[in-house]
Amino acid sequence: MVFTIGTLVLVSFAVSLVALVVLIWAISRSQMRFTQADARTIFEAEERGEVLDDPSTRPEQTDSPQGRGGDSLVPANCRRLILFIFATATLWLVVGSTYGLIASLKLHLPDWLNGSAPLTFGRMRAIHLNLVIYGWLSLGLMGLALWLIPTIFATQLRLPALAFVGAIILNLAVGAGAWAISTGWTDGLEWLEIPWQIDIFIALAVFLFVIPLMVTAWHRQVKHIYVTGWYYLGAMVWFPVLFIVANIPNLHVGAQQATVNWWFAHNVLGLWLTPLGVGAAYYLLPRIIGKPIYSYSLSLVGFWALALFYSQVGIHHLIGGPVPTWVVTLSVVQSIMMFVPVIAVAINQHPLWLGNLGAFRASIPLRFVAIGALMYTAASFQGSLEALRAMNSITHFTHYTVGHAHLGAYAFVTFVLFGGIYYVMPRLVGRVWPLASFIVAHWWLVVVGFTIYFVSLTLGGWLQGQAMLDPARDWMESMELTIPYLTGRSVGGSLMVLGHFAFAVNMVAILVGRGAERKAGSGLLEAEVAARPGQ
Amino acid sequence: MNRFIPLILLAAAILAFATVFLVILPAGEIRSAAAAPDLKPYTGTELRGRATYVDLGCVYCHSQQPRAPEQAPDVERGWGRPSTASDYAYDTPHLLGTMRTGPDLLNIGARMPSRAWHLTHLYQPRAIHPTSIMPSYPFLFETKTNAGPDDVVVQLPDQYRLADGVVVARTEALDLVDYLLSLDRTYPAANPELRDNGYSPDRGANQ
Repeated sequence: MVFTIGTLVLVSFAVSLVALVVLIWAISRSQMRFTQADARTIFEAEERGEVLDDPSTRPEQTDSPQGRGGDSLVPANCRRLILFIFATATLWLVVGSTYGLIASLKLHLPDWLNGSAPLTFGRMRAIHLNLVIYGWLSLGLMGLALWLIPTIFATQLRLPALAFVGAIILNLAVGAGAWAISTGWTDGLEWLEIPWQIDIFIALAVFLFVIPLMVTAWHRQVKHIYVTGWYYLGAMVWFPVLFIVANIPNLHVGAQQATVNWWFAHNVLGLWLTPLGVGAAYYLLPRIIGKPIYSYSLSLVGFWALALFYSQVGIHHLIGGPVPTWVVTLSVVQSIMMFVPVIAVAINQHPLWLGNLGAFRASIPLRFVAIGALMYTAASFQGSLEALRAMNSITHFTHYTVGHAHLGAYAFVTFVLFGGIYYVMPRLVGRVWPLASFIVAHWWLVVVGFTIYFVSLTLGGWLQGQAMLDPARDWMESMELTIPYLTGRSVGGSLMVLGHFAFAVNMVAILVGRGAERKAGSGLLEAEVAARPGQ
Repeated sequence: MNRFIPLILLAAAILAFATVFLVILPAGEIRSAAAAPDLKPYTGTELRGRATYVDLGCVYCHSQQPRAPEQAPDVERGWGRPSTASDYAYDTPHLLGTMRTGPDLLNIGARMPSRAWHLTHLYQPRAIHPTSIMPSYPFLFETKTNAGPDDVVVQLPDQYRLADGVVVARTEALDLVDYLLSLDRTYPAANPELRDNGYSPDRGANQ
């Protein structure tokens, strides 16, 4: 197998590396014409003062976006669409995280709620994952995309009716998927539990989002595609391919199916949730702070290196498993290469908010996005290290990995989405969030809750892994020692869920028409929409 | 490069490139190898039991992929030799798993061949291991005042025994145990190159 290992790993690695070098060369020769001035595209697309922009608490900033010519970029029908998406995504967040909390409690209260199969741990855990990934994050991030794509490209959303149908279908399909898993109807693969018959509708819904967004991007009124647009367009090409290939029934079998499983599951993070989260942060950080991204030309390296390396890391989930050595090694190597795009994004994003800590203190939406961006850096560094064979032997098969997964999907992507919704919602309805204290409570509950969650699982998982590797210790010890840490995780998780309820209450309050209104100026939402939002 | 079409095409090409390496090439290599000669296809009841294993989500706590001695003491724990891709030729969906909240089960049938033990353990894991955090599965069983002639009665310690009546296994429980007992890959490994040998000093080069 020397030939296979030597050639395949080397070929793939070399091609990725050459592509990166060509890219850097092209940037240095100005072939790309990506300059610091382009970073200001977002300020040119939508006329808005370059000051701290926080519509969550400032009624005068809750105007709907307008192009330079005074035309509305997000007209009333699009605002209703985005409202509907944010409201339903919030519902899935509350339900999905409650499922997660119950599953967490079951790990230290094993005889609780055991009377029927839909309540067993294995089903509740799977429902938790699918609700938060497809119902909360995917749906919510599509809502954010429907706001961001028109505002960075300075043009109205095309074909909004398609997206509306997509939103309805995705909601129904997520609900049907959760119901199917609770009855025991499942495809049985992690991240792909929802039966393929229902997945057809999820794929259809994704196309109904992607087509309007692509057509909108095609009709852009700005010369430069801002970096957020790169990430969003990439994600919209990648996810449909991933989702359809992985869900084709009766095609994959045995250990080979495992490679497809992890090619998909890691790319859902790397080529779907990550670009949507990073792209949103690239927009929201400069938008809220009112200053452009730092060292903007670097953002190109971040994007293409992410595409090249992240797409090949999935098989690090099978280290030590029954798949050929070369494909595992390839994924380990590319996992380490992920330092390149992550550092590029970090250099772009962190100096901006670290240099404006006054804004960070003043604006909770900014705090959510900035800490989310920081946790992207942290989760990626941690993920690269976990892919090293020596470290993987300890952390694989333990709760450490669960902590890592939540650092990425929660502390990074979910935080960015919280910040995005806090920023966008007031500008949809022309009113600030009615319960300012609930925003503060939400922030502290999820920050403190997640810290407890992550520290518990990281410590407990590490000790669990060390115990499992020690032949002198009985295996049962590795499980027993995790109990206090699993209990700690439930405590942290409870605070997080409580925070989600605070968020949801505020969401209901703003939807029923409470909150200080914007008094004057164009872009104010029409009265009839304000009275009956979400319809 | 700041154009719509090239961006879309290049993004798609990169994913295609990754798919070749992560999906198509391993698929070719794994699927061109036959099933391990001593591996038997699952029987009808074993497949029904496997479906129960899948729909109850056992995979979220139990892996089915013993690691090599160079990496971890799985062999010493009695979990079996390192598995190869040929051990999974009849597995769909695959159940390799990512967690060991419970022990690896690829050879549980060889390690624990007693049907009675498995039934007791599924009905109430804490009847066997007091500190276990495995869920109990009472809905796979039913209680009767008297067992019928074909009923399989679950043996329970005093603490968990019913005051009046007995616990008997439903078909789902019996099928599930049939599947667990079928998990036995103790035969010699076939195609030892079809696994991650990255922990052995020669990276599996001499196999």
